[in-house]
Amino acid sequence: MNFPPIYGLLAEFDTSASLLKAARQARAEGYRTMDAFSPMPVEGLSEALGFRHTRLPWIVLAGGLFGAAGGFFLQWYLSVIGYPLNVGGRPYNSWPAFIVVSFELAILAAAFAAVLSMLACNGLPQPYHPLFNVPRFESASRDRFFLCIEAADPSFDPDKTRRFLESLKPHEIFEVPH
Amino acid sequence: MGSGPPVIEPSYTVATVTDKISSVVLTRRTPVGWIIGFSVALLLTMTFLTAVLTLFAAGIGIWGVNVPVAWGFAIINFVWWIGIGHAGTLISAILLLMQQKWRQSINRFAEAMTLFAVLCAAVFPLLHLGRPKFFYWLFPYPSLHGVPPQFRSPLVWDVFAVATYFTVSLLFWYVGLLPDLATFRDCAKRKLAKIVYGVLAMGWRGSAIHWHRYDTAYLLLAGLATPLVVSVHTVVSFDFATSILPGWHTTLFPPYFVAGAIYSGFAMVLVLAIPLRAAYGLEGLITPRHLDNMAKIMLATGLIVDYGYVMEAFFAWYSGNEAERFMMINRMIGPYAPAFWATIACNGLAILALWFPRVRRNVPALFGIALLVLVGMWLERFFIVLTSLHRDFLPSSWGMYYPTIWDWATFAGTIGLFFTLLFLFIRFLPLISMFEVRALVEPKT
Repeated sequence: MNFPPIYGLLAEFDTSASLLKAARQARAEGYRTMDAFSPMPVEGLSEALGFRHTRLPWIVLAGGLFGAAGGFFLQWYLSVIGYPLNVGGRPYNSWPAFIVVSFELAILAAAFAAVLSMLACNGLPQPYHPLFNVPRFESASRDRFFLCIEAADPSFDPDKTRRFLESLKPHEIFEVPH
Repeated sequence: MGSGPPVIEPSYTVATVTDKISSVVLTRRTPVGWIIGFSVALLLTMTFLTAVLTLFAAGIGIWGVNVPVAWGFAIINFVWWIGIGHAGTLISAILLLMQQKWRQSINRFAEAMTLFAVLCAAVFPLLHLGRPKFFYWLFPYPSLHGVPPQFRSPLVWDVFAVATYFTVSLLFWYVGLLPDLATFRDCAKRKLAKIVYGVLAMGWRGSAIHWHRYDTAYLLLAGLATPLVVSVHTVVSFDFATSILPGWHTTLFPPYFVAGAIYSGFAMVLVLAIPLRAAYGLEGLITPRHLDNMAKIMLATGLIVDYGYVMEAFFAWYSGNEAERFMMINRMIGPYAPAFWATIACNGLAILALWFPRVRRNVPALFGIALLVLVGMWLERFFIVLTSLHRDFLPSSWGMYYPTIWDWATFAGTIGLFFTLLFLFIRFLPLISMFEVRALVEPKT
């Protein structure tokens, strides 16, 4: 397989506004396989990169419904089938009393769904990433903003892409080794 | 954001916020105050372990509980601690949904406070079981001993509510920490710190697409935690309200308990925030605006609690029920009356000073009032538990409850456990959410 010699080109910006502008221009230029990095969420940045929406809310809803149904089934099964216990002639399936635990388990399952699916969709935990090879990238978690155009992009060309990134007036440009 | 003093001191920038908060853990020397405070807290934790070990060896007879007062300190402390936890969730979840941006420099340690308070709360019902080694019988696991959990009992609801509350709070806290752990990984100079924070940060790199999903997940968690926190203290109040004892059997309890929980929780946040910001020079991040807002919430929820006191008395009279009326009179002039009147002094009178902006801006006064609120809310649970139990319908079964030295040792011990965990948290994790404060100080152009 013909591996590109580098992972991509990384441009550093001073503010979130200039990163946002750069991301929009890169997309207009036809680049698709790229990512932007910032020390805090930047509104509109993922949309500028072409990311439309996430399925996360649906996964969380499914988790919540599973928790509620599973929780109710658990109580119903234990009280009606598994260990029927006659308490003063009350019905075995005393469903109003089962609401609280069903609710708590719905929240529990939905919360796990939210966290685990967020991590899974993001591909975390991921101990190694080529970007960590750029020492300067450490400031992406402090106060700097980065745009990375990956070599895997069909329109990537080491010289042309570098010239394009320079035209965005970044602070500096880095090559990202594998 | 409204008028008034700024939420964050205007001189802070994205970079200095990060340096200021991470320096507490990464670069600054451990202050002498930390070492002294941690030692005292650890000593109290040892007291706790001693008390628990003695309890395991000798049985629950070492506590003052007996018939008719079977619920003594254990339940009082349980309700007190779990109530304190509620403010953390309110700050992190409900204020997030309401887009109250001032929450962002207090949510992290308030969430930590929630976790540790719930932990302290959870030990009490377990110790109170009588046979703590069978605590796992409360969970519905496949067993052959023929004693399934009784799902019609609020005590079993409590197990699920508290366990869910702790787990969801932990998830919420960890998700919030993730980007800040990545900052620590990148800022740390020592190899061990880099490795530990690196593993905990899971390879977070601040990608825009990751942030997008992160924000969605965080918001959804906040939306889930909001009904959860209300349900937890509601279920705690069901432990009382579903009984038929005078003074407990009332529909007032759920809202009254939830308001009391948030009220005492904000008092604890103030008691922690005021020394913390002074000790670490964080006055620019936890500003007078924060203290003022928290005091206002404390006043509002405190007044709801006061409304609860008035309504309890009113319904005791209005019901015409002899047992209810006697309970109320016994509460006011019976053997536990000092606890009742002290509660009224703390929760009814002392907080009225918070109406005055001058008091809310006076840091020592605020600290004092918050301490009084914590005492008042403990005493409130004290009289709720005791006055209803010790003199119920049959005068022949009346009795008194006196806490023993082991009751006090266990209670003091959980305070030690709480502060031990809190000191460790301050020393090793960012006590203010860096990425959220960064978003707050970033110039919007």
